[in-house]
Amino acid sequence: MTQSLALNVSLLSCLTVIIAAIAAPMLQHQRTIQRALLCCLVGLAGIFSCVAGFTGLMYGGGSILLPFGLPWLPMHLRLDALGAFFLLVIGSLVLPVAIYSQGYLRHEKRLTPLAIFLPLFILGMMGVVLSDDAFTFMLFWELMSVSSYFLVTHEHQHPENRKAGFIYLLMAHMAGLLIMGSFATLYATSGSFEFSTMRDAQLSPLWASIAFLLAGFGFGTKAGVVPMHGWLPDAHPVAPSNVSALMSGIMLKVAIFGFIRITWDLMGSGDFQWWWGALVLAAGSSSAVSGVLMALQQHDLKRLLAYHSIENIGIILIGLGLAMLLAHFDHNTLAALGLIAALYHTINHALFKGLLFMGAGAVLHSTGSRNMEAMGGLIHRMPWTAALFLVACISISALPPFNGFVSEWLIFQTALMAPQLGGALLTAIVPFSAAMLALAGALAATCFVKVFGVVFLGHARSNIAANAKEVDSWMLVGMAIPALCCLLLGVLPAIFIPIIDHVPQLLLHTSLTSAANGQAIDATQWLWLTPIDAAHASYSAPIILFGILLLGGVAFWWLHPKGTTIRRSKMWSCGNPHTHARMQYNATSFSQPLRRIFTDLYQPDEHEHAERHEHPLLTTRVKYVVHVSDMAVKHLYQPIGHVTLWVAKAIRHEHQRGIHAYLTYTFATVLLLLAVFA
Amino acid sequence: MSASFAQQIIDGMAALTLLISFALLAQHRMLSVLHWFAAQGLLLAATAAVVAYSSGEHELYISAIMTFLLKGLLLPWMLWRVIRKLHVHREVEPLMNSGLTVIIAITVTLFAFHIIQPIEVTSDLMTRNSMAIATACVLLSMLMMITRKKAITQVIGFLAVENSLFFAAIGATNGMPLVVEIGIAFDVLIAALIFGLFFFQIRNTFDSMEIDTLNASLIHKDEDE
Repeated sequence: MTQSLALNVSLLSCLTVIIAAIAAPMLQHQRTIQRALLCCLVGLAGIFSCVAGFTGLMYGGGSILLPFGLPWLPMHLRLDALGAFFLLVIGSLVLPVAIYSQGYLRHEKRLTPLAIFLPLFILGMMGVVLSDDAFTFMLFWELMSVSSYFLVTHEHQHPENRKAGFIYLLMAHMAGLLIMGSFATLYATSGSFEFSTMRDAQLSPLWASIAFLLAGFGFGTKAGVVPMHGWLPDAHPVAPSNVSALMSGIMLKVAIFGFIRITWDLMGSGDFQWWWGALVLAAGSSSAVSGVLMALQQHDLKRLLAYHSIENIGIILIGLGLAMLLAHFDHNTLAALGLIAALYHTINHALFKGLLFMGAGAVLHSTGSRNMEAMGGLIHRMPWTAALFLVACISISALPPFNGFVSEWLIFQTALMAPQLGGALLTAIVPFSAAMLALAGALAATCFVKVFGVVFLGHARSNIAANAKEVDSWMLVGMAIPALCCLLLGVLPAIFIPIIDHVPQLLLHTSLTSAANGQAIDATQWLWLTPIDAAHASYSAPIILFGILLLGGVAFWWLHPKGTTIRRSKMWSCGNPHTHARMQYNATSFSQPLRRIFTDLYQPDEHEHAERHEHPLLTTRVKYVVHVSDMAVKHLYQPIGHVTLWVAKAIRHEHQRGIHAYLTYTFATVLLLLAVFA
Repeated sequence: MSASFAQQIIDGMAALTLLISFALLAQHRMLSVLHWFAAQGLLLAATAAVVAYSSGEHELYISAIMTFLLKGLLLPWMLWRVIRKLHVHREVEPLMNSGLTVIIAITVTLFAFHIIQPIEVTSDLMTRNSMAIATACVLLSMLMMITRKKAITQVIGFLAVENSLFFAAIGATNGMPLVVEIGIAFDVLIAALIFGLFFFQIRNTFDSMEIDTLNASLIHKDEDE
């Protein structure tokens, strides 16, 4: 039992959300105070988690035995480098979301359910990363799942929200079951629920593989890895935007945390088999590409972002899979690089996806719609939101100088080093997944050109977009914090990587910063990020930023020399006297070329209808409807659903038989038991 | 009375009990089912008395007397009253034809003997041979509950299961502790009283005693709601 400042602060943040969950619902009749208290306490908890995570990473954590829990198993809590890092991720998004919520929930009628379940949801996530025995882990894990179900179904007056919530709950429980199976496998070998005993236990390769597969599918379902992603594109859009920011930004990451905890920590990198890494890599590549391909065809803003979460989880898994492969082949330093890349992308995605969902929430808040086809020209009415949204768009598209570029670049560096290490297997798999990653990156950039162009640029396509107002300063501040973090993480990676480096020190006993490896990333060398060696590749974000600013300034000065005024005139319309907002490119038309290229994957359901009233050659009106459905839903979920229903019907038929059937069942059971046990 | 003689008597009674179980299964008339049930109760009381005498366990005498009064006289009389008042003493309506039922019954009996054989070797009580028979009787009584349509035959089947269990208890351990014995006896009595009440209630409400009709009425009622 060693206690430290970091651990105490993390317990304090848990306590703060518990207080929020108890105190805020009591102020049911004073909505203003209730909202202020909720946001204040949740924000405070976010600050505490940030502090605890940071100090835990820098100065080490500790462990504590709480005096409650099961009679024979008190709660074990422990803050190590891995937990501290994810606590930092949680805190860094909870704080801005809390500030954002103060504005976003202003007109919320039913605040009390949110006041109960939002703090519980955050408590669940914090508890998962702090827990040090399987029972505590599952307890907080289920708390997280169940409370987020209530948040997803917050607007339960719409039937589709209830349906999305049901699918979410179903899949969350399946995931919970699989994870429990994984813990049960570890328990069978170690004989204890405590993580410390599980770490020491030696698993046979077969049981280790079973535990890995159970954990992989369990956490993969929760993280939204293709093809277990079915719940995600439905659940994220229907939740309130502050909640979807948290769900997409950190809940998916907690699943990644669980996966790392079981495979890297409890089983240990020594147990890795080569196909584990290959499987994770394959899952990551397929998630990255199919996530972004599906995202391209969406015109519901939040649904599009939800598909991008699948893509980014895929990118994180590509990094993790590379690290697992490299660790198996005993290239621990490169494995540490892959792990750091994955973790760096984890915090990056938490920040920019949180920001994107908050931006989408701001648009939803002022237009009342999630449909991109109804928007346009919002940059004139919501300039700040547009600017902050643009930061997130650049980050997620992995363009310098923002943070997305750094982590994807690090993953590429890991992938590019892998073939030089020999081994036919690595040489075969790794370049393929690197190509997938590159494709996903390019498509993501396309997709966000579409998002930003359709939503913020051009002319308003409807009245709701024309009458939109800028959101209040609470929401803007809430969005500005992650935007600033995106820039900082993008410009100063050489300062942040040594902080994250404590995690591979814990899991791989290797460090990228120690000089023993001869390829040190030095925190004092903030200008250059050199992951392998200077001859190989290095990246200097500050110089790039400086270059961009310089080029931009020069170009602006050259185009608009001092003294000239900007001339505004009518747009050239090819000689057509009438222009209309509907003549613009919209979300559907922008993604049409890709729909053609990938038509086998999409299998779009297209309907064209032309009205010709007066003359067969004079077309008066053309209607075009296209619907792209998720292949996984059509070919995996629906068949499973049909089979389940069919079995249920058959059982129901048996179930409604007469008393004689029941007596026969009893009789048969007695005979069977006698035959088996006698 | 020598030990081997007592054992032979007990084995003979056990054989009779098995025979009665078959007889219960094969009857076509409600009243004869009841008669055989009463005979089983009386035989059970006699077995308990013989075991009590030969093993010197005096508590078993009390069991024997209770069994005689309760299972030999009271329960058959109550059921007889129900049958007479409800006019159901015509035919027992089996779900399965008797030939098939008897074949299944023989199979089940063989199965019971096969199962109990390894257990019998471990016992040194003189009643050990009766354990297989008692198990067979339990299964046969359950079979009777399954294969008959009328509710009353099912209750008789249920009570026959209880009889067989009592027999098994005597066979395996020279009877359960007296307190348990008395408790079970009262449970059975109360169960029989409740069954009796239910029969009248069912008769009043559904105007039929056939289980299929009861099911149909219940399901129909569900659909109405």
